Amino acid sequence: MSQTATRPVPVPDELSAPFFDGARAGRLMLQHCRACSRWSFPVRERCPHCFAKDLEWRAASGKGTLYTFAIMHQVMNPGFAADVPYNVCQIDLDEGVRMVSNIIGVASADLRIGMRVEAVFDALTNEVSVPKFRAA
Amino acid sequence: MANAAKGAIVGLGVTPMGKIYGRRAVDFAADAIALALEDAGLQKSDIDGLLINANIPNDMDPRSQMTLGLENLSLVNVMSAYGSTGGSMMQYACMAIREGLAKTIVLVYADAPLTPSRGAGASYSGPHRFPLGGMAGLKAHYGDFGANLGYAMAAQRHMHLYGTTEDHFGIIAVGQRKWAQMSPWAQMKAPMTMEDHHRSRWIAEPLRLFDCCLVSNGAVALIVTSPERARDLKQKPVYVLGYAQASPGDNLATDRHPGVETGAKRSGEMAFRMAGITRQDIGSCQLYDCYTYTVLVTLEDYGFCAKGEGGPFVADGKLGPGGSLPTNTGGGQLSGYYMWSFTPMSEAVVQARGQGGERQIARNDFILVSGNGGILNFHSTLIVSPHASGG
Repeated sequence: MSQTATRPVPVPDELSAPFFDGARAGRLMLQHCRACSRWSFPVRERCPHCFAKDLEWRAASGKGTLYTFAIMHQVMNPGFAADVPYNVCQIDLDEGVRMVSNIIGVASADLRIGMRVEAVFDALTNEVSVPKFRAA
Repeated sequence: MANAAKGAIVGLGVTPMGKIYGRRAVDFAADAIALALEDAGLQKSDIDGLLINANIPNDMDPRSQMTLGLENLSLVNVMSAYGSTGGSMMQYACMAIREGLAKTIVLVYADAPLTPSRGAGASYSGPHRFPLGGMAGLKAHYGDFGANLGYAMAAQRHMHLYGTTEDHFGIIAVGQRKWAQMSPWAQMKAPMTMEDHHRSRWIAEPLRLFDCCLVSNGAVALIVTSPERARDLKQKPVYVLGYAQASPGDNLATDRHPGVETGAKRSGEMAFRMAGITRQDIGSCQLYDCYTYTVLVTLEDYGFCAKGEGGPFVADGKLGPGGSLPTNTGGGQLSGYYMWSFTPMSEAVVQARGQGGERQIARNDFILVSGNGGILNFHSTLIVSPHASGG
């Protein structure tokens, strides 16, 4: 039997390790600035809002609202051949951060901008988990 | 003189476009430059500046100067703000000429991503572009590949907020196909109806195949010099009256809306002010049209209609042949050819010179040209004219 290609699995790096460690433990970890108290995503060393280099990792609520989405029909990577059409979503987290992810358990036709969603964690391997979202 | 021209476009070279295989981008570039020199009545030795638009494969690097055989240059650079770069290159060329850094500068975009074995999408966004480390790997896992999705999400947001429909996108595509049928350079000549648009396959919903630009092998070159020198050359000069860039930025904070409120607004205001004209003076728009949606949101941000009213604004077909705001009159990137911002710039030169043949617009006094890069992240605006001054 030929091996079926699967979705790419991220390889955590030094900067993103706390994010992936959190996901493995079922927490959505984001960077929070001690200087201006704003959250940011994706990971970086310096706050994009106030430019202070004083970011700490904190657990976010994992709750948010669907800002917009699209349904992808193209197979740009063989790991998605069995998944098309699939959704790609921008989710406005309650912390004020916009994050790209997938919503699971909701048919494409039932996705609605403004719907409330919450993070769930998908264990891709023993080492790597990623957050996704479901209807809240 | 107030609002005098900042520079002049005196040469245009456009190579054959599309599925022309087996040639390198730099060889297309050489052809485009040769055509532009002939058009301008200049020699290769007259060129003392070279600005190259970086392309996605990054195979047009500064060493292209040697392959092109350009010698004794006093200005060379490769520039990149993705699809907005052309307007920025024009801005820098005019500034460099005014500062005396160079006298005659060639601007070129060349690309050759299409091969016989790969489709347009794969050519442009192959898996090699998606690394797996850290946050990039997270994007790859979610399947967030390429520009199609980003623009589709922006369009979806616009539809949600303002009731924009696929008919609004479709009328843009249909109108541009009609223009393309009148352009000798356009790749897509087959008639397109609204029904054809609605039946074309989904790429990334809400965008269909006919909402998406082409991918082209080819090159476009423009030659820029001072307004004074331009008067003695072969072609009627096309004067650059206004230019501006605007890049609003996106920190992925929930209080920003880059998909529906773009840099066209600010760069347009600055360019109009520089040219000393108003929107009412514009007879034609040549807008960056990577997607039908890009045209719609750019028209809103330039103020041709209120925010959110782009759909109803275009619905009567005013952008197409015979309409009140002829736009993308060479077919644009949707039906003409995809040379990033060199697509709208090249058509603006044709129209400002009055060389459009059966697609020539009547009111060519002031033409608005946009560039757009990233996912609506970077914006450039040019105002060009057959007149050496604006207001």
